[in-house]
Amino acid sequence: MDNEQKDIVLLKGNEVVAKAAVRYGYDGFFGYPITPQSEVLETLAVDKPWETTGMVVLQAESEVSSINMLYGAGCTGKLVFTSSSSPGIALMQEGISYMAACELPGVIVSVGRGGPGLGTIQPGQADYFQSVYGGGNGDYRTIVLAPNSVQEMSDCMGKAAELTFKWRMPVIILSDGVLGQMMEKVELPAPRPRRTDEEISQQCPWATNGIGLKKRQYNIMSSLEFDPATMEERNRKMAAKYHQVEAEEVDYELYKVDDDTEFLIVAYGISSRVSMKAVDILREAGVKVGMLRPKTLWPFPNKIISQLSERIKSILCVEQCEGQMINDVRLATEGQTKVFHSGRSGGMISSPMEVIEDFQKMAREEMSKNWPKGYWMK
Amino acid sequence: MTEEIIISGFGGQGVLSMGKILAYAGIMEGKQVSWMPAYGPEQRGGTANVTVIVSDEVVSSPIVSAYDTAIVLNQPSLEKFEPLVKPGGTIIYDGHSIIQPPKRDDINVYCIDAMEEAARTGNSKVFNMLVLGGFLKVRPIATVEDVVKGLHKALPERHHKLIPMNEEAIRRGMELIKQM
Repeated sequence: MDNEQKDIVLLKGNEVVAKAAVRYGYDGFFGYPITPQSEVLETLAVDKPWETTGMVVLQAESEVSSINMLYGAGCTGKLVFTSSSSPGIALMQEGISYMAACELPGVIVSVGRGGPGLGTIQPGQADYFQSVYGGGNGDYRTIVLAPNSVQEMSDCMGKAAELTFKWRMPVIILSDGVLGQMMEKVELPAPRPRRTDEEISQQCPWATNGIGLKKRQYNIMSSLEFDPATMEERNRKMAAKYHQVEAEEVDYELYKVDDDTEFLIVAYGISSRVSMKAVDILREAGVKVGMLRPKTLWPFPNKIISQLSERIKSILCVEQCEGQMINDVRLATEGQTKVFHSGRSGGMISSPMEVIEDFQKMAREEMSKNWPKGYWMK
Repeated sequence: MTEEIIISGFGGQGVLSMGKILAYAGIMEGKQVSWMPAYGPEQRGGTANVTVIVSDEVVSSPIVSAYDTAIVLNQPSLEKFEPLVKPGGTIIYDGHSIIQPPKRDDINVYCIDAMEEAARTGNSKVFNMLVLGGFLKVRPIATVEDVVKGLHKALPERHHKLIPMNEEAIRRGMELIKQM
Protein backbone atom coordinates (compact mmCIF):
# COMPACT_ATOMS: atom_id res chain seq x y z
CA MET A 1 0.00 0.00 0.00
CA ASP A 2 1.07 3.59 -0.63
CA ASN A 3 1.10 4.54 3.00
CA GLU A 4 3.48 1.75 3.88
CA GLN A 5 5.98 2.79 1.26
CA LYS A 6 5.92 6.50 1.99
CA ASP A 7 7.35 7.59 5.31
CA ILE A 8 3.96 8.42 6.76
CA VAL A 9 3.93 8.33 10.51
CA LEU A 10 1.46 8.94 13.29
CA LEU A 11 2.82 11.64 15.57
CA LYS A 12 1.80 14.36 17.99
CA GLY A 13 2.09 17.94 16.80
CA ASN A 14 4.82 18.60 19.36
CA GLU A 15 6.85 15.58 18.22
CA VAL A 16 6.51 16.74 14.65
CA VAL A 17 7.87 20.19 15.49
CA ALA A 18 11.04 18.58 16.84
CA LYS A 19 11.45 16.10 13.99
CA ALA A 20 10.71 18.68 11.30
CA ALA A 21 13.24 21.10 12.81
CA VAL A 22 16.01 18.52 12.52
CA ARG A 23 15.02 17.72 8.93
CA TYR A 24 14.74 21.37 7.90
CA GLY A 25 18.34 21.86 9.04
CA TYR A 26 17.79 23.95 12.16
CA ASP A 27 21.03 24.74 13.97
CA GLY A 28 19.71 24.83 17.49
CA PHE A 29 16.92 24.61 20.04
CA PHE A 30 16.80 26.32 23.40
CA GLY A 31 13.81 25.69 25.59
CA TYR A 32 12.27 24.88 28.89
CA PRO A 33 9.58 22.25 29.53
CA ILE A 34 5.97 23.29 30.03
CA THR A 35 2.70 21.46 29.39
CA PRO A 36 1.34 21.13 26.71
CA GLN A 37 4.53 21.46 24.67
CA SER A 38 7.06 19.39 26.64
CA GLU A 39 7.23 16.73 23.91
CA VAL A 40 9.25 19.13 21.73
CA LEU A 41 12.23 19.00 24.07
CA GLU A 42 11.57 15.34 24.96
CA THR A 43 11.57 14.28 21.31
CA LEU A 44 14.78 16.18 20.63
CA ALA A 45 16.39 14.52 23.68
CA VAL A 46 15.37 11.08 22.39
CA ASP A 47 16.39 11.72 18.77
CA LYS A 48 19.78 13.26 19.73
CA PRO A 49 20.20 15.40 16.60
CA TRP A 50 23.59 16.62 17.89
CA GLU A 51 24.91 13.19 16.94
CA THR A 52 23.54 13.37 13.39
CA THR A 53 23.12 16.90 12.01
CA GLY A 54 25.09 18.62 14.75
CA MET A 55 22.03 20.57 15.88
CA VAL A 56 22.42 21.97 19.40
CA VAL A 57 19.69 21.08 21.89
CA LEU A 58 19.79 22.84 25.22
CA GLN A 59 17.40 22.87 28.14
CA ALA A 60 17.80 26.37 29.51
CA GLU A 61 17.16 27.27 33.13
CA SER A 62 14.11 29.33 32.19
CA GLU A 63 12.14 30.77 29.29
CA VAL A 64 13.95 34.09 29.79
CA SER A 65 17.26 32.34 29.15
CA SER A 66 15.84 30.44 26.19
CA ILE A 67 14.76 33.55 24.33
CA ASN A 68 18.04 35.34 25.05
CA MET A 69 19.95 32.30 23.77
CA LEU A 70 17.78 32.60 20.66
CA TYR A 71 18.82 36.26 20.44
CA GLY A 72 22.49 35.33 20.75
CA ALA A 73 22.35 32.55 18.18
CA GLY A 74 20.25 34.73 15.86
CA CYS A 75 23.02 37.36 15.94
CA THR A 76 25.37 34.81 14.39
CA GLY A 77 22.94 34.06 11.54
CA LYS A 78 22.08 30.59 12.82
CA LEU A 79 18.63 29.08 12.31
CA VAL A 80 17.33 28.45 15.82
CA PHE A 81 14.03 27.99 17.59
CA THR A 82 12.43 27.77 20.99
CA SER A 83 9.07 26.48 22.07
CA SER A 84 6.87 27.09 25.05
CA SER A 85 3.29 27.57 26.15
CA SER A 86 1.33 30.61 27.26
CA PRO A 87 2.98 31.67 30.58
CA GLY A 88 6.38 30.72 29.17
CA ILE A 89 5.83 32.80 26.04
CA ALA A 90 4.81 35.66 28.34
CA LEU A 91 8.26 35.50 29.94
CA MET A 92 9.86 35.73 26.49
CA GLN A 93 8.21 38.96 25.40
CA GLU A 94 11.14 41.23 26.33
CA GLY A 95 13.51 39.04 24.33
CA ILE A 96 11.19 38.98 21.33
CA SER A 97 11.08 42.79 21.31
CA TYR A 98 14.90 42.92 21.44
CA MET A 99 15.14 40.41 18.58
CA ALA A 100 12.68 42.42 16.51
CA ALA A 101 14.63 45.61 17.28
CA CYS A 102 17.87 44.04 16.06
CA GLU A 103 16.06 42.48 13.09
CA LEU A 104 17.14 38.99 14.08
CA PRO A 105 15.92 35.67 12.75
CA GLY A 106 14.44 33.18 15.19
CA VAL A 107 11.41 30.91 15.39
CA ILE A 108 9.16 30.75 18.45
CA VAL A 109 6.67 27.90 18.72
CA SER A 110 3.79 28.77 21.03
CA VAL A 111 1.51 25.90 22.08
CA GLY A 112 -1.34 27.78 23.72
CA ARG A 113 -3.15 26.77 26.89
CA GLY A 114 -5.88 28.26 29.06
CA GLY A 115 -5.08 31.54 30.77
CA PRO A 116 -4.59 34.17 32.10
CA GLY A 117 -1.88 33.78 34.72
CA LEU A 118 -0.61 30.27 35.24
CA GLY A 119 -4.06 29.25 33.98
CA THR A 120 -4.71 25.63 33.03
CA ILE A 121 -2.69 23.12 31.05
CA GLN A 122 -5.58 22.36 28.69
CA PRO A 123 -5.69 23.83 25.17
CA GLY A 124 -6.54 27.48 24.57
CA GLN A 125 -6.35 30.29 22.04
CA ALA A 126 -6.16 33.19 24.45
CA ASP A 127 -2.72 34.25 23.22
CA TYR A 128 -3.78 35.91 19.99
CA PHE A 129 -3.08 39.37 21.41
CA GLN A 130 0.19 38.17 22.93
CA SER A 131 1.46 36.81 19.60
CA VAL A 132 -0.05 39.22 17.12
CA TYR A 133 0.27 42.47 19.04
CA GLY A 134 3.25 41.46 21.13
CA GLY A 135 3.75 41.75 24.85
CA GLY A 136 7.12 43.37 24.34
CA ASN A 137 7.72 47.10 24.18
CA GLY A 138 8.10 49.32 21.17
CA ASP A 139 7.12 49.57 17.52
CA TYR A 140 7.58 46.03 16.33
CA ARG A 141 5.72 43.20 14.65
CA THR A 142 6.33 39.49 14.36
CA ILE A 143 5.09 37.23 11.61
CA VAL A 144 2.53 34.84 13.15
CA LEU A 145 1.75 31.54 11.42
CA ALA A 146 -1.30 29.56 12.47
CA PRO A 147 -1.21 25.83 11.63
CA ASN A 148 -4.40 23.78 11.99
CA SER A 149 -3.14 20.23 11.61
CA VAL A 150 -0.19 18.11 12.65
CA GLN A 151 1.01 18.19 9.02
CA GLU A 152 0.95 21.98 9.08
CA MET A 153 2.94 22.00 12.33
CA SER A 154 5.67 20.38 10.25
CA ASP A 155 5.15 22.60 7.21
CA CYS A 156 5.21 25.77 9.34
CA MET A 157 8.66 24.88 10.68
CA GLY A 158 9.90 25.03 7.09
CA LYS A 159 7.96 28.15 6.21
CA ALA A 160 9.09 29.94 9.38
CA ALA A 161 12.72 29.07 8.64
CA GLU A 162 12.37 30.71 5.24
CA LEU A 163 10.43 33.79 6.37
CA THR A 164 12.57 34.60 9.39
CA PHE A 165 15.66 35.07 7.18
CA LYS A 166 13.82 36.56 4.23
CA TRP A 167 12.47 39.39 6.41
CA ARG A 168 14.96 39.31 9.29
CA MET A 169 12.30 39.23 11.95
CA PRO A 170 11.14 36.70 14.55
CA VAL A 171 8.42 34.33 13.42
CA ILE A 172 5.90 32.92 15.88
CA ILE A 173 4.09 29.67 15.14
CA LEU A 174 0.89 30.00 17.16
CA SER A 175 -0.44 26.56 17.86
CA ASP A 176 -2.57 25.22 20.71
CA GLY A 177 -2.70 22.31 23.12
CA VAL A 178 -4.92 20.24 20.83
CA LEU A 179 -2.56 20.48 17.87
CA GLY A 180 0.39 19.84 20.17
CA GLN A 181 -1.13 16.79 21.84
CA MET A 182 -3.17 15.17 19.08
CA MET A 183 -1.78 12.61 16.68
CA GLU A 184 -2.44 12.65 12.98
CA LYS A 185 -0.65 11.12 10.09
CA VAL A 186 2.11 13.26 8.77
CA GLU A 187 4.65 13.13 6.00
CA LEU A 188 7.90 14.55 7.30
CA PRO A 189 10.04 16.70 4.99
CA ALA A 190 13.06 15.23 3.26
CA PRO A 191 16.15 15.92 5.39
CA ARG A 192 18.26 18.82 4.21
CA PRO A 193 21.71 19.69 5.53
CA ARG A 194 22.34 22.58 7.88
CA ARG A 195 23.89 25.61 6.20
CA THR A 196 27.68 25.80 6.21
CA ASP A 197 29.52 28.81 7.71
CA GLU A 198 30.17 30.06 4.17
CA GLU A 199 26.51 29.84 3.28
CA ILE A 200 25.58 31.67 6.48
CA SER A 201 28.01 34.51 5.86
CA GLN A 202 26.70 34.85 2.31
CA GLN A 203 23.06 34.84 3.42
CA CYS A 204 23.68 36.99 6.51
CA PRO A 205 26.36 39.62 5.85
CA TRP A 206 25.04 41.39 8.96
CA ALA A 207 25.82 38.47 11.27
CA THR A 208 28.18 38.99 14.20
CA ASN A 209 29.89 35.67 13.75
CA GLY A 210 33.46 36.75 13.09
CA ILE A 211 33.55 35.01 9.71
CA GLY A 212 35.61 36.88 7.08
CA LEU A 213 36.46 39.71 9.49
CA LYS A 214 39.63 40.60 7.60
CA LYS A 215 37.60 41.55 4.55
CA ARG A 216 34.79 43.46 6.22
CA GLN A 217 33.82 45.95 8.90
CA TYR A 218 32.76 44.79 12.34
CA ASN A 219 29.05 44.12 12.61
CA ILE A 220 27.44 45.56 15.70
CA MET A 221 24.16 44.26 17.07
CA SER A 222 22.32 46.40 19.60
CA SER A 223 18.81 47.65 20.18
CA LEU A 224 20.10 50.64 22.18
CA GLU A 225 20.26 54.05 20.50
CA PHE A 226 21.32 57.28 22.24
CA ASP A 227 19.97 59.49 19.47
CA PRO A 228 16.17 59.52 19.12
CA ALA A 229 16.38 60.65 15.51
CA THR A 230 18.44 57.57 14.67
CA MET A 231 15.96 55.40 16.54
CA GLU A 232 13.12 56.94 14.55
CA GLU A 233 15.00 56.26 11.35
CA ARG A 234 15.41 52.62 12.36
CA ASN A 235 11.72 52.37 13.22
CA ARG A 236 10.71 53.85 9.88
CA LYS A 237 12.92 51.41 8.05
CA MET A 238 11.34 48.56 9.98
CA ALA A 239 7.84 49.95 9.39
CA ALA A 240 8.52 50.00 5.65
CA LYS A 241 9.60 46.38 5.88
CA TYR A 242 6.45 45.51 7.83
CA HIS A 243 4.29 47.11 5.14
CA GLN A 244 6.05 44.99 2.57
CA VAL A 245 5.40 41.85 4.63
CA GLU A 246 1.73 42.86 4.81
CA ALA A 247 1.63 43.19 1.05
CA GLU A 248 3.39 39.93 0.27
CA GLU A 249 2.94 37.31 2.97
CA VAL A 250 -0.80 37.15 3.75
CA ASP A 251 -1.97 33.56 3.61
CA TYR A 252 -5.46 32.15 4.16
CA GLU A 253 -7.74 29.30 3.15
CA LEU A 254 -11.35 29.49 2.03
CA TYR A 255 -13.56 26.51 2.86
CA LYS A 256 -16.88 26.13 1.04
CA VAL A 257 -17.04 29.84 0.25
CA ASP A 258 -18.73 30.44 -3.09
CA ASP A 259 -20.78 33.12 -4.83
CA ASP A 260 -23.93 32.22 -2.87
CA THR A 261 -22.33 32.17 0.56
CA GLU A 262 -24.51 34.16 2.97
CA PHE A 263 -22.68 33.60 6.23
CA LEU A 264 -19.00 33.36 7.05
CA ILE A 265 -17.14 31.71 9.90
CA VAL A 266 -13.66 33.05 10.57
CA ALA A 267 -11.44 30.75 12.64
CA TYR A 268 -7.80 29.69 12.94
CA GLY A 269 -5.96 26.74 14.50
CA ILE A 270 -8.09 24.17 16.33
CA SER A 271 -11.18 26.39 16.07
CA SER A 272 -10.98 26.11 12.29
CA ARG A 273 -11.05 22.33 12.51
CA VAL A 274 -14.10 22.38 14.79
CA SER A 275 -15.73 24.98 12.53
CA MET A 276 -15.05 22.92 9.42
CA LYS A 277 -17.28 20.19 10.82
CA ALA A 278 -19.90 22.79 11.78
CA VAL A 279 -19.81 24.12 8.21
CA ASP A 280 -20.20 20.58 6.82
CA ILE A 281 -23.24 19.88 9.01
CA LEU A 282 -24.84 23.27 8.23
CA ARG A 283 -24.15 22.93 4.49
CA GLU A 284 -25.80 19.52 4.51
CA ALA A 285 -28.86 21.18 6.05
CA GLY A 286 -28.87 23.72 3.22
CA VAL A 287 -27.36 26.67 5.05
CA LYS A 288 -25.12 28.78 2.81
CA VAL A 289 -22.14 29.10 5.10
CA GLY A 290 -18.41 28.99 4.45
CA MET A 291 -15.25 29.47 6.41
CA LEU A 292 -12.23 31.68 6.08
CA ARG A 293 -9.15 30.47 7.90
CA PRO A 294 -6.24 32.88 8.33
CA LYS A 295 -3.00 30.91 7.95
CA THR A 296 -1.07 34.04 8.84
CA LEU A 297 -2.47 36.02 11.80
CA TRP A 298 0.02 38.77 11.11
CA PRO A 299 -0.10 39.85 8.40
CA PHE A 300 -3.89 39.46 8.71
CA PRO A 301 -6.06 38.69 5.63
CA ASN A 302 -7.83 42.07 5.76
CA LYS A 303 -8.46 42.43 2.06
CA ILE A 304 -10.39 39.22 1.49
CA ILE A 305 -12.48 39.77 4.64
CA SER A 306 -13.30 43.28 3.45
CA GLN A 307 -14.26 41.97 0.00
CA LEU A 308 -16.44 39.19 1.40
CA SER A 309 -18.07 41.58 3.89
CA GLU A 310 -19.65 43.47 0.99
CA ARG A 311 -22.03 40.56 0.40
CA ILE A 312 -21.95 38.44 3.58
CA LYS A 313 -24.91 38.80 5.97
CA SER A 314 -22.88 38.29 9.12
CA ILE A 315 -19.69 36.74 10.40
CA LEU A 316 -19.12 34.35 13.30
CA CYS A 317 -15.59 34.55 14.69
CA VAL A 318 -14.77 31.24 16.41
CA GLU A 319 -11.82 31.22 18.81
CA GLN A 320 -11.15 29.47 22.10
CA CYS A 321 -11.02 32.62 24.22
CA GLU A 322 -13.42 35.38 25.16
CA GLY A 323 -12.79 37.28 21.92
CA GLN A 324 -9.44 38.53 20.63
CA MET A 325 -9.13 37.91 16.88
CA ILE A 326 -12.68 39.25 16.61
CA ASN A 327 -11.21 42.77 16.90
CA ASP A 328 -9.11 42.25 13.78
CA VAL A 329 -12.03 40.67 11.94
CA ARG A 330 -14.19 43.69 12.81
CA LEU A 331 -11.51 46.07 11.58
CA ALA A 332 -11.17 44.08 8.38
CA THR A 333 -14.91 44.25 7.65
CA GLU A 334 -14.66 48.06 7.68
CA GLY A 335 -18.08 48.13 9.30
CA GLN A 336 -19.81 46.49 6.35
CA THR A 337 -21.15 43.55 8.32
CA LYS A 338 -21.76 42.44 11.88
CA VAL A 339 -19.30 40.12 13.60
CA PHE A 340 -20.29 37.78 16.45
CA HIS A 341 -18.17 35.76 18.86
CA SER A 342 -18.26 32.03 19.51
CA GLY A 343 -15.91 30.03 21.67
CA ARG A 344 -14.98 28.60 25.05
CA SER A 345 -12.05 29.62 27.21
CA GLY A 346 -9.85 28.64 30.11
CA GLY A 347 -8.87 25.31 28.54
CA MET A 348 -12.31 24.31 27.25
CA ILE A 349 -12.76 23.70 23.52
CA SER A 350 -15.99 24.23 21.57
CA SER A 351 -17.61 21.21 20.03
CA PRO A 352 -18.98 21.52 16.49
CA MET A 353 -22.53 21.55 17.94
CA GLU A 354 -21.70 24.50 20.19
CA VAL A 355 -20.46 26.41 17.15
CA ILE A 356 -23.69 25.50 15.35
CA GLU A 357 -25.77 26.74 18.31
CA ASP A 358 -23.95 30.08 18.27
CA PHE A 359 -24.28 30.21 14.51
CA GLN A 360 -28.01 29.61 14.80
CA LYS A 361 -28.38 32.39 17.36
CA MET A 362 -26.57 34.74 15.01
CA ALA A 363 -28.40 33.69 11.87
CA ARG A 364 -31.92 33.41 13.27
CA GLU A 365 -32.84 36.97 12.40
CA GLU A 366 -31.39 36.85 8.92
CA MET A 367 -32.73 33.48 7.91
CA SER A 368 -36.01 33.04 6.09
CA LYS A 369 -38.78 30.98 7.67
CA ASN A 370 -37.37 28.03 5.75
CA TRP A 371 -34.74 27.50 8.43
CA PRO A 372 -33.87 23.85 7.97
CA LYS A 373 -34.92 21.64 10.83
CA GLY A 374 -33.97 18.21 11.98
CA TYR A 375 -30.21 18.43 11.71
CA TRP A 376 -29.64 18.65 15.43
CA MET A 377 -27.58 15.85 16.84
CA LYS A 378 -28.92 14.89 20.23
CA MET B 1 -17.09 5.79 6.18
CA THR B 2 -16.35 7.78 9.30
CA GLU B 3 -16.07 6.08 12.69
CA GLU B 4 -15.87 8.36 15.71
CA ILE B 5 -14.71 6.39 18.72
CA ILE B 6 -14.16 7.24 22.37
CA ILE B 7 -12.03 4.87 24.45
CA SER B 8 -12.20 5.59 28.15
CA GLY B 9 -11.04 4.00 31.37
CA PHE B 10 -8.44 4.17 34.11
CA GLY B 11 -4.88 5.35 33.49
CA GLY B 12 -2.72 2.26 33.06
CA GLN B 13 -5.36 0.16 31.29
CA GLY B 14 -3.78 0.86 27.92
CA VAL B 15 -6.51 3.20 26.72
CA LEU B 16 -4.19 5.59 24.89
CA SER B 17 -2.10 2.85 23.28
CA MET B 18 -5.20 1.00 22.14
CA GLY B 19 -6.28 4.19 20.41
CA LYS B 20 -2.87 4.65 18.87
CA ILE B 21 -2.78 1.11 17.48
CA LEU B 22 -6.28 1.53 16.10
CA ALA B 23 -5.24 4.80 14.43
CA TYR B 24 -2.18 3.12 12.94
CA ALA B 25 -4.35 0.29 11.63
CA GLY B 26 -6.52 2.96 9.98
CA ILE B 27 -3.45 4.44 8.30
CA MET B 28 -2.54 0.97 7.02
CA GLU B 29 -6.02 0.81 5.47
CA GLY B 30 -5.24 4.09 3.71
CA LYS B 31 -7.67 6.06 5.85
CA GLN B 32 -7.48 9.47 7.50
CA VAL B 33 -7.13 9.37 11.27
CA SER B 34 -6.95 11.56 14.34
CA TRP B 35 -6.07 10.65 17.94
CA MET B 36 -6.91 13.20 20.58
CA PRO B 37 -6.28 12.42 24.26
CA ALA B 38 -7.96 14.23 27.11
CA TYR B 39 -4.82 15.26 28.92
CA GLY B 40 -4.35 16.83 32.30
CA PRO B 41 -2.48 16.22 35.50
CA GLU B 42 -3.08 12.48 34.96
CA GLN B 43 -1.77 9.56 36.93
CA ARG B 44 -1.92 5.79 37.03
CA GLY B 45 -5.40 4.96 38.28
CA GLY B 46 -6.80 8.35 37.26
CA THR B 47 -9.12 8.72 34.31
CA ALA B 48 -7.88 8.51 30.74
CA ASN B 49 -9.73 8.83 27.48
CA VAL B 50 -8.92 9.27 23.84
CA THR B 51 -11.01 10.17 20.81
CA VAL B 52 -10.02 8.28 17.69
CA ILE B 53 -11.53 9.13 14.32
CA VAL B 54 -10.98 6.85 11.34
CA SER B 55 -12.43 8.12 8.08
CA ASP B 56 -12.34 7.89 4.31
CA GLU B 57 -12.56 11.69 4.24
CA VAL B 58 -10.27 14.31 5.72
CA VAL B 59 -10.97 14.46 9.45
CA SER B 60 -12.40 17.88 10.17
CA SER B 61 -12.86 18.28 13.92
CA PRO B 62 -10.82 15.98 16.17
CA ILE B 63 -13.29 16.96 18.89
CA VAL B 64 -16.82 15.65 18.49
CA SER B 65 -20.05 15.90 20.47
CA ALA B 66 -21.33 12.39 19.76
CA TYR B 67 -19.70 9.06 19.07
CA ASP B 68 -20.36 6.07 16.82
CA THR B 69 -18.70 3.78 19.33
CA ALA B 70 -17.81 4.12 23.01
CA ILE B 71 -15.40 1.61 24.52
CA VAL B 72 -15.79 2.03 28.27
CA LEU B 73 -13.54 0.28 30.71
CA ASN B 74 -14.78 1.65 34.02
CA GLN B 75 -18.05 2.77 35.57
CA PRO B 76 -17.44 6.56 35.50
CA SER B 77 -16.61 6.32 31.79
CA LEU B 78 -19.86 4.52 31.07
CA GLU B 79 -21.84 7.15 32.94
CA LYS B 80 -20.06 9.94 31.08
CA PHE B 81 -20.19 8.54 27.56
CA GLU B 82 -23.36 6.42 27.36
CA PRO B 83 -25.52 9.50 26.68
CA LEU B 84 -23.09 10.66 23.97
CA VAL B 85 -23.37 7.59 21.74
CA LYS B 86 -25.29 8.34 18.54
CA PRO B 87 -28.62 6.47 18.18
CA GLY B 88 -27.80 3.20 16.44
CA GLY B 89 -24.24 3.42 17.74
CA THR B 90 -22.29 0.93 19.80
CA ILE B 91 -21.10 0.58 23.39
CA ILE B 92 -18.50 -1.99 24.31
CA TYR B 93 -17.78 -2.51 28.00
CA ASP B 94 -15.61 -4.76 30.08
CA GLY B 95 -17.75 -7.15 32.09
CA HIS B 96 -15.58 -7.02 35.20
CA SER B 97 -15.17 -3.23 35.35
CA ILE B 98 -18.80 -2.27 34.85
CA ILE B 99 -21.23 -2.96 37.67
CA GLN B 100 -24.29 -1.25 36.22
CA PRO B 101 -24.50 -2.01 32.50
CA PRO B 102 -25.80 0.50 29.90
CA LYS B 103 -29.54 1.14 29.95
CA ARG B 104 -30.19 2.63 26.50
CA ASP B 105 -32.14 0.48 24.07
CA ASP B 106 -31.46 2.51 20.91
CA ILE B 107 -27.82 1.42 20.72
CA ASN B 108 -25.96 -1.86 20.30
CA VAL B 109 -24.49 -3.01 23.60
CA TYR B 110 -21.64 -5.49 23.75
CA CYS B 111 -19.81 -6.93 26.73
CA ILE B 112 -16.34 -8.42 26.71
CA ASP B 113 -14.87 -10.21 29.70
CA ALA B 114 -11.38 -9.04 28.89
CA MET B 115 -10.24 -8.32 32.44
CA GLU B 116 -11.28 -11.82 33.50
CA GLU B 117 -9.51 -13.38 30.53
CA ALA B 118 -6.38 -11.36 31.20
CA ALA B 119 -6.41 -12.46 34.83
CA ARG B 120 -7.10 -16.08 33.87
CA THR B 121 -4.14 -16.21 31.50
CA GLY B 122 -1.97 -14.23 33.91
CA ASN B 123 -1.16 -11.69 31.22
CA SER B 124 -2.73 -8.40 32.25
CA LYS B 125 -0.73 -6.45 29.65
CA VAL B 126 -2.80 -7.72 26.73
CA PHE B 127 -6.06 -6.52 28.32
CA ASN B 128 -6.38 -3.64 25.87
CA MET B 129 -5.66 -5.89 22.88
CA LEU B 130 -8.43 -8.27 23.95
CA VAL B 131 -10.80 -5.29 23.99
CA LEU B 132 -9.48 -4.08 20.63
CA GLY B 133 -10.17 -7.53 19.19
CA GLY B 134 -13.72 -7.35 20.47
CA PHE B 135 -14.16 -3.93 18.90
CA LEU B 136 -12.85 -5.09 15.52
CA LYS B 137 -15.24 -8.05 15.60
CA VAL B 138 -18.31 -5.79 15.90
CA ARG B 139 -16.94 -2.79 13.99
CA PRO B 140 -14.63 -4.28 11.35
CA ILE B 141 -13.03 -0.99 10.29
CA ALA B 142 -9.61 -2.62 9.97
CA THR B 143 -8.39 -6.18 9.45
CA VAL B 144 -6.28 -8.01 12.03
CA GLU B 145 -3.48 -8.03 9.44
CA ASP B 146 -3.56 -4.23 9.29
CA VAL B 147 -3.57 -3.98 13.07
CA VAL B 148 -0.48 -6.18 13.17
CA LYS B 149 1.16 -3.95 10.57
CA GLY B 150 0.10 -1.00 12.74
CA LEU B 151 1.72 -2.65 15.76
CA HIS B 152 4.99 -2.89 13.86
CA LYS B 153 4.83 0.87 13.29
CA ALA B 154 3.53 1.83 16.72
CA LEU B 155 5.94 -0.22 18.81
CA PRO B 156 9.69 0.36 19.03
CA GLU B 157 11.67 -2.46 17.43
CA ARG B 158 12.79 -3.91 20.74
CA HIS B 159 9.17 -4.78 21.49
CA HIS B 160 8.42 -6.44 18.15
CA LYS B 161 8.88 -9.87 19.73
CA LEU B 162 5.69 -9.19 21.69
CA ILE B 163 3.57 -8.73 18.57
CA PRO B 164 2.53 -12.41 18.13
CA MET B 165 1.22 -12.41 21.72
CA ASN B 166 -0.79 -9.25 21.01
CA GLU B 167 -2.15 -10.68 17.76
CA GLU B 168 -3.27 -13.77 19.64
CA ALA B 169 -5.03 -11.54 22.19
CA ILE B 170 -6.84 -9.64 19.43
CA ARG B 171 -8.10 -12.90 17.94
CA ARG B 172 -9.12 -14.15 21.40
CA GLY B 173 -10.98 -10.88 22.01
CA MET B 174 -12.94 -11.48 18.80
CA GLU B 175 -14.20 -14.74 20.27
CA LEU B 176 -14.94 -13.31 23.69
CA ILE B 177 -17.20 -10.41 22.81
CA LYS B 178 -20.93 -11.00 23.15
CA GLN B 179 -23.99 -8.90 22.40
CA MET B 180 -26.14 -8.05 25.40
